[in-house]
Amino acid sequence: MMVAKHRRDTLRIASLIHRVSGLALALFLPLHFYVLGLALNDAAGLDAFLKWTDYPLVKFAETVLVLLLSLHLFGGLRLLALEFLPWSPRQKAYAASAVALSFFVSVGFFLSAV
Amino acid sequence: MDQAVEALDVKVWRGNAKGGSYRSYEVPAQRSQTVLDVVTWIQQNAEPTLTYRFACRVGMCGSCAMMVNGEPRWTCRTHVKKVLEGRHLEIAPLRNLPVIKDLATDMTAFFDKWTGAEGVFHPTASRADAIAPISPEDPARVLANEAIECINCAVCYSACDTVTANPDYLGPAALNRAWTLQNDERDGAHSRRLRTISGGGGCFNCHSHQSCMTYCPNELNPTASIAGLKRLSAMSFFKGGRDR
Repeated sequence: MMVAKHRRDTLRIASLIHRVSGLALALFLPLHFYVLGLALNDAAGLDAFLKWTDYPLVKFAETVLVLLLSLHLFGGLRLLALEFLPWSPRQKAYAASAVALSFFVSVGFFLSAV
Repeated sequence: MDQAVEALDVKVWRGNAKGGSYRSYEVPAQRSQTVLDVVTWIQQNAEPTLTYRFACRVGMCGSCAMMVNGEPRWTCRTHVKKVLEGRHLEIAPLRNLPVIKDLATDMTAFFDKWTGAEGVFHPTASRADAIAPISPEDPARVLANEAIECINCAVCYSACDTVTANPDYLGPAALNRAWTLQNDERDGAHSRRLRTISGGGGCFNCHSHQSCMTYCPNELNPTASIAGLKRLSAMSFFKGGRDR
Protein backbone atom coordinates (compact mmCIF):
# COMPACT_ATOMS: atom_id res chain seq x y z
CA MET A 1 0.00 0.00 0.00
CA MET A 2 2.86 2.34 0.95
CA VAL A 3 4.68 1.49 -2.23
CA ALA A 4 1.66 2.20 -4.40
CA LYS A 5 0.95 5.54 -2.71
CA HIS A 6 4.33 7.20 -2.70
CA ARG A 7 5.31 5.80 -6.06
CA ARG A 8 2.45 7.76 -7.59
CA ASP A 9 4.28 10.94 -6.62
CA THR A 10 5.37 13.14 -9.55
CA LEU A 11 9.01 13.19 -8.48
CA ARG A 12 9.12 9.41 -8.01
CA ILE A 13 7.75 9.01 -11.55
CA ALA A 14 10.29 11.56 -12.84
CA SER A 15 13.07 9.49 -11.29
CA LEU A 16 11.68 6.32 -12.86
CA ILE A 17 11.46 7.97 -16.29
CA HIS A 18 15.07 9.12 -16.00
CA ARG A 19 16.26 5.65 -15.03
CA VAL A 20 14.24 3.75 -17.64
CA SER A 21 15.16 6.17 -20.46
CA GLY A 22 18.83 5.80 -19.52
CA LEU A 23 18.62 2.01 -19.60
CA ALA A 24 16.79 2.06 -22.95
CA LEU A 25 19.44 4.37 -24.41
CA ALA A 26 22.18 2.08 -23.10
CA LEU A 27 20.48 -0.85 -24.88
CA PHE A 28 20.39 1.20 -28.09
CA LEU A 29 24.11 2.04 -27.93
CA PRO A 30 25.40 -1.20 -29.55
CA LEU A 31 23.24 -0.53 -32.64
CA HIS A 32 24.45 3.09 -32.62
CA PHE A 33 28.08 2.00 -32.59
CA TYR A 34 27.40 -0.62 -35.26
CA VAL A 35 26.07 2.06 -37.62
CA LEU A 36 28.99 4.34 -36.78
CA GLY A 37 31.27 1.43 -37.65
CA LEU A 38 29.53 1.07 -41.00
CA ALA A 39 30.19 4.76 -41.68
CA LEU A 40 33.89 4.16 -41.16
CA ASN A 41 34.33 0.82 -42.89
CA ASP A 42 31.40 0.04 -45.19
CA ALA A 43 29.90 2.99 -47.10
CA ALA A 44 27.61 0.75 -49.19
CA GLY A 45 26.43 -1.05 -46.08
CA LEU A 46 25.69 2.27 -44.42
CA ASP A 47 23.64 3.49 -47.40
CA ALA A 48 21.67 0.23 -47.41
CA PHE A 49 21.05 0.59 -43.69
CA LEU A 50 20.01 4.23 -43.95
CA LYS A 51 17.37 3.31 -46.54
CA TRP A 52 15.54 1.68 -43.63
CA THR A 53 14.99 5.14 -42.20
CA ASP A 54 12.53 5.89 -45.01
CA TYR A 55 10.03 3.44 -43.57
CA PRO A 56 7.33 5.08 -41.43
CA LEU A 57 7.81 2.52 -38.68
CA VAL A 58 11.52 3.35 -38.45
CA LYS A 59 10.71 7.08 -38.38
CA PHE A 60 8.38 6.37 -35.48
CA ALA A 61 11.11 4.35 -33.75
CA GLU A 62 13.52 7.26 -34.26
CA THR A 63 10.96 9.58 -32.71
CA VAL A 64 10.80 7.31 -29.68
CA LEU A 65 14.58 7.43 -29.56
CA VAL A 66 14.57 11.24 -29.67
CA LEU A 67 11.93 11.23 -26.94
CA LEU A 68 14.12 8.98 -24.75
CA LEU A 69 17.15 11.16 -25.39
CA SER A 70 15.20 14.33 -24.56
CA LEU A 71 13.70 12.84 -21.42
CA HIS A 72 17.12 11.74 -20.22
CA LEU A 73 18.78 15.03 -21.15
CA PHE A 74 16.21 17.37 -19.61
CA GLY A 75 15.69 15.05 -16.64
CA GLY A 76 19.45 15.02 -16.10
CA LEU A 77 19.61 18.82 -16.30
CA ARG A 78 16.82 18.96 -13.71
CA LEU A 79 18.84 16.73 -11.37
CA LEU A 80 22.00 18.79 -11.88
CA ALA A 81 20.03 21.94 -11.08
CA LEU A 82 18.57 20.27 -8.00
CA GLU A 83 21.99 19.27 -6.74
CA PHE A 84 24.16 22.21 -7.72
CA LEU A 85 21.87 25.26 -7.64
CA PRO A 86 20.17 26.78 -4.60
CA TRP A 87 17.09 24.78 -3.59
CA SER A 88 13.85 25.62 -5.35
CA PRO A 89 10.43 24.54 -4.05
CA ARG A 90 9.20 24.15 -7.65
CA GLN A 91 10.67 20.66 -8.18
CA LYS A 92 7.45 19.14 -9.50
CA ALA A 93 6.99 21.98 -11.97
CA TYR A 94 10.56 21.45 -13.23
CA ALA A 95 9.97 17.71 -13.65
CA ALA A 96 6.72 18.33 -15.54
CA SER A 97 8.48 20.96 -17.69
CA ALA A 98 11.25 18.49 -18.57
CA VAL A 99 8.66 15.96 -19.78
CA ALA A 100 6.69 18.60 -21.69
CA LEU A 101 9.86 19.91 -23.35
CA SER A 102 10.83 16.36 -24.33
CA PHE A 103 7.49 15.76 -26.02
CA PHE A 104 7.78 19.13 -27.78
CA VAL A 105 11.22 18.19 -29.15
CA SER A 106 10.23 14.66 -30.20
CA VAL A 107 6.99 15.76 -31.87
CA GLY A 108 8.98 18.47 -33.66
CA PHE A 109 11.40 15.81 -34.86
CA PHE A 110 8.56 13.58 -36.05
CA LEU A 111 6.90 16.41 -37.99
CA SER A 112 10.16 17.30 -39.69
CA ALA A 113 10.86 13.63 -40.50
CA VAL A 114 7.53 12.78 -42.19
CA MET B 1 -14.17 12.81 9.34
CA ASP B 2 -17.80 12.13 8.62
CA GLN B 3 -19.54 12.63 11.95
CA ALA B 4 -21.94 9.81 10.98
CA VAL B 5 -19.07 7.36 11.49
CA GLU B 6 -19.60 5.89 14.95
CA ALA B 7 -17.01 3.13 14.90
CA LEU B 8 -13.72 2.88 13.08
CA ASP B 9 -12.69 -0.33 11.36
CA VAL B 10 -9.03 -0.55 12.37
CA LYS B 11 -6.63 -3.15 11.06
CA VAL B 12 -3.50 -3.47 13.20
CA TRP B 13 -0.46 -5.51 12.27
CA ARG B 14 0.30 -8.09 14.95
CA GLY B 15 3.43 -10.19 14.90
CA ASN B 16 7.16 -10.23 15.43
CA ALA B 17 10.41 -10.54 13.49
CA LYS B 18 9.33 -13.92 12.12
CA GLY B 19 6.14 -12.55 10.55
CA GLY B 20 2.60 -11.58 11.35
CA SER B 21 -0.73 -10.47 9.97
CA TYR B 22 -3.42 -7.82 10.35
CA ARG B 23 -6.18 -8.13 12.93
CA SER B 24 -9.34 -6.05 12.89
CA TYR B 25 -10.75 -4.02 15.76
CA GLU B 26 -13.84 -1.84 16.12
CA VAL B 27 -12.86 1.42 17.82
CA PRO B 28 -15.35 4.11 18.88
CA ALA B 29 -14.91 7.27 16.81
CA GLN B 30 -14.31 10.52 18.67
CA ARG B 31 -14.65 14.08 17.48
CA SER B 32 -10.97 14.86 18.05
CA GLN B 33 -8.93 11.68 17.89
CA THR B 34 -5.36 10.94 16.89
CA VAL B 35 -4.07 7.68 15.47
CA LEU B 36 -2.12 7.19 18.71
CA ASP B 37 -5.41 7.55 20.61
CA VAL B 38 -6.82 4.73 18.48
CA VAL B 39 -3.84 2.45 19.18
CA THR B 40 -4.01 3.25 22.88
CA TRP B 41 -7.76 2.52 22.96
CA ILE B 42 -7.14 -0.88 21.38
CA GLN B 43 -4.44 -1.74 23.90
CA GLN B 44 -6.47 -0.59 26.90
CA ASN B 45 -9.82 -2.03 25.85
CA ALA B 46 -9.36 -4.85 23.37
CA GLU B 47 -5.81 -6.17 23.11
CA PRO B 48 -3.72 -5.74 26.29
CA THR B 49 -0.72 -7.45 24.70
CA LEU B 50 -0.51 -4.97 21.80
CA THR B 51 3.01 -3.52 21.74
CA TYR B 52 3.76 -0.02 20.50
CA ARG B 53 6.10 2.83 21.37
CA PHE B 54 5.30 6.39 22.43
CA ALA B 55 6.45 8.92 25.00
CA CYS B 56 5.58 12.60 24.80
CA ARG B 57 2.30 12.53 22.77
CA VAL B 58 2.96 16.09 21.55
CA GLY B 59 5.28 15.62 18.57
CA MET B 60 8.54 16.22 20.38
CA CYS B 61 10.12 12.83 21.06
CA GLY B 62 9.78 11.04 17.71
CA SER B 63 8.83 7.70 19.29
CA CYS B 64 5.40 6.95 17.91
CA ALA B 65 5.87 6.85 14.14
CA MET B 66 4.00 4.06 12.35
CA MET B 67 2.65 3.26 8.92
CA VAL B 68 -0.89 4.62 8.72
CA ASN B 69 -2.92 3.60 5.68
CA GLY B 70 0.35 2.83 3.92
CA GLU B 71 2.19 6.05 4.74
CA PRO B 72 4.69 6.79 7.52
CA ARG B 73 3.32 9.28 10.05
CA TRP B 74 3.86 10.55 13.58
CA THR B 75 0.75 9.06 15.12
CA CYS B 76 0.44 11.43 18.08
CA ARG B 77 -0.05 14.42 15.78
CA THR B 78 -2.01 12.69 13.03
CA HIS B 79 -5.73 13.22 13.40
CA VAL B 80 -7.85 10.30 12.34
CA LYS B 81 -10.06 12.56 10.24
CA LYS B 82 -7.02 13.44 8.13
CA VAL B 83 -6.18 9.87 7.15
CA LEU B 84 -9.40 7.88 7.43
CA GLU B 85 -10.46 6.09 4.23
CA GLY B 86 -14.22 5.59 4.60
CA ARG B 87 -14.18 4.15 8.10
CA HIS B 88 -10.99 2.15 7.58
CA LEU B 89 -7.63 2.63 9.18
CA GLU B 90 -4.64 0.35 8.66
CA ILE B 91 -1.79 0.63 11.14
CA ALA B 92 1.54 -1.18 10.74
CA PRO B 93 5.12 -0.89 12.01
CA LEU B 94 7.47 1.47 10.18
CA ARG B 95 8.87 0.26 6.89
CA ASN B 96 12.62 -0.36 6.39
CA LEU B 97 13.19 -1.32 10.02
CA PRO B 98 13.06 -4.79 11.59
CA VAL B 99 10.02 -5.46 13.75
CA ILE B 100 10.48 -6.31 17.41
CA LYS B 101 6.81 -6.93 18.16
CA ASP B 102 3.56 -5.60 16.71
CA LEU B 103 4.03 -1.86 16.06
CA ALA B 104 7.43 -1.49 17.73
CA THR B 105 10.44 -1.55 15.41
CA ASP B 106 14.09 -2.03 16.22
CA MET B 107 15.66 1.38 15.51
CA THR B 108 19.24 0.27 16.17
CA ALA B 109 20.26 0.44 12.51
CA PHE B 110 18.69 3.90 12.19
CA PHE B 111 20.70 5.32 15.09
CA ASP B 112 23.86 3.43 14.12
CA LYS B 113 23.70 5.24 10.80
CA TRP B 114 23.59 8.58 12.60
CA THR B 115 26.94 7.80 14.15
CA GLY B 116 28.03 6.16 10.88
CA ALA B 117 27.46 9.50 9.15
CA GLU B 118 29.57 11.26 11.81
CA GLY B 119 26.37 12.76 13.13
CA VAL B 120 28.19 13.61 16.33
CA PHE B 121 29.37 17.07 17.31
CA HIS B 122 33.16 17.27 17.59
CA PRO B 123 33.97 20.30 19.73
CA THR B 124 36.90 22.56 18.92
CA ALA B 125 36.86 24.35 22.28
CA SER B 126 36.75 23.31 25.90
CA ARG B 127 34.67 24.66 28.78
CA ALA B 128 37.65 26.82 29.68
CA ASP B 129 37.33 28.73 26.40
CA ALA B 130 35.03 31.66 25.85
CA ILE B 131 31.67 30.86 24.20
CA ALA B 132 32.01 31.27 20.44
CA PRO B 133 29.77 34.05 19.13
CA ILE B 134 27.57 32.64 16.36
CA SER B 135 25.52 35.11 14.37
CA PRO B 136 22.01 33.82 13.52
CA GLU B 137 22.39 35.65 10.21
CA ASP B 138 25.56 33.78 9.27
CA PRO B 139 24.76 31.97 5.95
CA ALA B 140 26.06 28.61 7.19
CA ARG B 141 24.10 28.98 10.44
CA VAL B 142 20.95 29.77 8.46
CA LEU B 143 21.41 26.52 6.50
CA ALA B 144 22.01 24.55 9.70
CA ASN B 145 18.96 26.06 11.38
CA GLU B 146 16.72 25.12 8.45
CA ALA B 147 17.56 21.43 9.00
CA ILE B 148 18.12 21.28 12.76
CA GLU B 149 14.65 20.45 14.08
CA CYS B 150 14.83 16.71 13.41
CA ILE B 151 13.15 14.61 16.13
CA ASN B 152 14.65 11.26 14.98
CA CYS B 153 11.24 9.75 14.28
CA ALA B 154 12.52 7.71 11.29
CA VAL B 155 9.54 8.69 9.14
CA CYS B 156 11.92 9.81 6.36
CA TYR B 157 13.95 6.61 6.71
CA SER B 158 10.77 4.61 6.35
CA ALA B 159 9.59 6.61 3.33
CA CYS B 160 12.89 6.25 1.46
CA ASP B 161 13.00 3.73 -1.40
CA THR B 162 16.78 4.01 -1.58
CA VAL B 163 17.01 2.69 1.98
CA THR B 164 14.74 -0.17 0.92
CA ALA B 165 16.98 -1.03 -2.02
CA ASN B 166 20.32 -0.47 -0.28
CA PRO B 167 20.56 -1.42 3.40
CA ASP B 168 23.98 0.26 3.61
CA TYR B 169 22.57 3.67 2.64
CA LEU B 170 22.88 6.03 5.59
CA GLY B 171 19.43 7.48 4.92
CA PRO B 172 17.91 10.95 4.95
CA ALA B 173 17.94 11.62 8.71
CA ALA B 174 21.61 10.74 9.25
CA LEU B 175 22.71 12.75 6.21
CA ASN B 176 20.51 15.67 7.23
CA ARG B 177 22.24 15.62 10.61
CA ALA B 178 25.64 15.52 8.90
CA TRP B 179 24.62 18.58 6.84
CA THR B 180 23.76 20.58 9.97
CA LEU B 181 27.16 19.75 11.47
CA GLN B 182 29.00 20.63 8.24
CA ASN B 183 27.41 24.06 8.61
CA ASP B 184 28.34 24.39 12.29
CA GLU B 185 31.51 26.43 12.48
CA ARG B 186 32.21 25.15 16.00
CA ASP B 187 32.50 21.57 14.77
CA GLY B 188 36.01 20.24 14.16
CA ALA B 189 35.41 17.17 11.99
CA HIS B 190 34.26 18.64 8.68
CA SER B 191 36.93 16.88 6.59
CA ARG B 192 36.44 13.50 8.23
CA ARG B 193 32.65 13.72 7.99
CA LEU B 194 32.81 14.77 4.34
CA ARG B 195 34.97 11.75 3.54
CA THR B 196 32.51 9.50 5.35
CA ILE B 197 29.37 10.79 3.71
CA SER B 198 31.02 10.84 0.26
CA GLY B 199 31.85 7.13 0.44
CA GLY B 200 29.79 3.96 0.04
CA GLY B 201 26.27 4.32 1.45
CA GLY B 202 26.71 8.11 1.53
CA CYS B 203 24.99 11.08 -0.04
CA PHE B 204 25.63 10.02 -3.65
CA ASN B 205 23.25 7.09 -3.18
CA CYS B 206 20.32 9.49 -2.95
CA HIS B 207 18.06 9.36 -6.04
CA SER B 208 16.24 12.57 -5.09
CA HIS B 209 12.80 10.98 -4.97
CA GLN B 210 12.10 13.51 -2.21
CA SER B 211 9.84 11.17 -0.24
CA CYS B 212 11.74 12.26 2.90
CA MET B 213 10.69 15.84 2.28
CA THR B 214 7.12 14.81 1.45
CA TYR B 215 6.61 12.85 4.66
CA CYS B 216 8.80 14.68 7.22
CA PRO B 217 6.34 15.66 9.98
CA ASN B 218 8.46 18.68 10.90
CA GLU B 219 8.49 19.85 7.28
CA LEU B 220 12.25 19.57 6.99
CA ASN B 221 13.86 18.97 3.61
CA PRO B 222 16.49 16.22 3.87
CA THR B 223 16.71 16.07 0.06
CA ALA B 224 17.99 19.65 0.05
CA SER B 225 20.45 18.79 2.83
CA ILE B 226 21.73 15.79 0.87
CA ALA B 227 22.03 17.95 -2.26
CA GLY B 228 24.08 20.36 -0.14
CA LEU B 229 26.38 17.51 0.91
CA LYS B 230 26.79 16.49 -2.73
CA ARG B 231 27.79 20.08 -3.54
CA LEU B 232 30.29 20.17 -0.68
CA SER B 233 31.74 16.84 -1.78
CA ALA B 234 32.04 17.96 -5.41
CA MET B 235 33.63 21.27 -4.37
CA SER B 236 36.08 19.38 -2.19
CA PHE B 237 36.97 17.14 -5.14
CA PHE B 238 37.68 20.12 -7.39
CA LYS B 239 39.70 21.79 -4.65
CA GLY B 240 41.88 18.73 -4.28
CA GLY B 241 40.36 17.33 -1.09
CA ARG B 242 39.88 20.48 0.97
CA ASP B 243 36.42 20.65 2.55
CA ARG B 244 35.86 24.39 2.16
